[in-house]
Amino acid sequence: MSLVVINFWYVIAAALFIFGLKKLGSPDSAVRGNIYSAAAMLIAVAVTLFNKNILSFDWIIIAAVAGSIIGAVAAQRVQMTSMPEMVAIFNGSGGIASLLVGWAALFNSGNTLLTNITVVISIVVGGMTFSGSILAWGKLSEIMNSAAVVFSGQRVVNSAIVLGLLLFSVLFCLEPSVSSPYLYLIISLSILLGVMAVLPIGGADMPVVISLLNSYSGLAACAAGLAINNNILIVAGSMVGAAGIILTNIMCKAMNRSLAHVLFSGFSAAKQATKVEGEVKPITADDAFLILEAAQSVTFVPGYGMAVAQAQHVVRELGELLEKNGADVTYAIHPVAGRMPGHMNVLLAEANVSYDQLIEMEDINPRIGGVDVAVVIGANDVVNPAARNDENSPIYGMPIINVDEARTVFVLKRSMASGFSGVDNPLFFCDNTRMLFGDAKQSISSVVAEFKI
Amino acid sequence: MEGVFLSMVLMLSVFLGFELISKVPATLHTPLMSGANAISGITVVGALISAGGELGDLPTYLGAAAVMFAMINVVGGYMVTNRMLSMFKKKDKSQPGDKS
Repeated sequence: MSLVVINFWYVIAAALFIFGLKKLGSPDSAVRGNIYSAAAMLIAVAVTLFNKNILSFDWIIIAAVAGSIIGAVAAQRVQMTSMPEMVAIFNGSGGIASLLVGWAALFNSGNTLLTNITVVISIVVGGMTFSGSILAWGKLSEIMNSAAVVFSGQRVVNSAIVLGLLLFSVLFCLEPSVSSPYLYLIISLSILLGVMAVLPIGGADMPVVISLLNSYSGLAACAAGLAINNNILIVAGSMVGAAGIILTNIMCKAMNRSLAHVLFSGFSAAKQATKVEGEVKPITADDAFLILEAAQSVTFVPGYGMAVAQAQHVVRELGELLEKNGADVTYAIHPVAGRMPGHMNVLLAEANVSYDQLIEMEDINPRIGGVDVAVVIGANDVVNPAARNDENSPIYGMPIINVDEARTVFVLKRSMASGFSGVDNPLFFCDNTRMLFGDAKQSISSVVAEFKI
Repeated sequence: MEGVFLSMVLMLSVFLGFELISKVPATLHTPLMSGANAISGITVVGALISAGGELGDLPTYLGAAAVMFAMINVVGGYMVTNRMLSMFKKKDKSQPGDKS
């Protein structure tokens, strides 16, 4: 197949990628969208095999089979609660692939200056995506401490790495060669940079980091495309880059923080929030049942704690019982609930909750005053009224789900500890708040058991 | 000239990407990310050319390793996205068969 014919097929693949992403705009058509996108990938890979520069297939077959098996097994086995880790690992694997493609492109003859610059970009972005993602995976899977690591002189070290990268890149481009020592320096520094970039970011900010690394993995593919003059890499890579940037932006807005603040400062609780005092009103599962039985409308507000307690299935069961009882049941989901964008939605969908019951923050807030019972499960900061009222609170200004405006609020909580950001939550002391202490899954199970009697 | 043409492609696809993805509802953001992961496996196209070319041993090995990593993304990404998306169902309560 000539290059022209191959490029023509690439155009068709690009169109299918675009069409697939468009179909992702609604849960009804999203499965088909994913299939279009996969078909686009199949076309792109298949026509590439006809490229006349490909002379031997031995290594291709071995590597492709190995990669496919690893990918397929991982996709089958992964628990929905572990999706953030999975996405982090996939980001890293995309990053290292782009680094390797960029590196290999140096061996092509007749590289121009522009090619060499894009090779360096794909190596740097790919390398830092790789190491940053591995570190993010380590933090998410709690193999290592997920807290932000901050040390004095961090900025100096990071600036030195960036300056070093720039210097070696210029030196490399002046005298490009596959055996240039600068090449290895660039690779090592970019891997180091990825580690340094993710170290100061704590567990609660992980949704931002995963989104950002997602974006980088696309940009790395895009740079690799520029390096080898391949349109389909540029088109597909930049779409992924755009997706990551949009998600990063949504996450930052939902936390009322700038991207720079998330990336460079850790979560500095510099300001001391106004101390809230009062008495919490604990409630037993029996009483909770009586209130729920009388409720006309119930909204569940899940957070990462629901995933940890694996409570999504009992929550759905309780939701169904309440519906049978005549109540209107919804699930209100804050954009940064969980460890990645949309994490709660996937968990609830897995538990068989109908997706039209999953309500976004902007849609639930105007009507939360009419909700009889809001049940907060393992969420804390995203329902903290201090974000609205207390100018001294570190999370002041962050948009929250205004559960305190509901007629009654149940807060399911293990004990009286603060949330991830270490901020006290005045919600617990509100007149209409009842605390249901204990493991979320057990608490809900006992309420469910009451309903079944 | 080639550089200008490629930057044109880059610019247009970035704009199109922004347009399309800002329309994806928050409910689907996790599948969007894993789907985007699968798409970023498009580097496999570049990797194939290196792995199958005869530029020397090192580029072949680099290409082969890249093919493997990119295929993890492609196969794993599409499969897990499909798994997730098939869980998003609308229970037809009042009007069975109503798809809107």
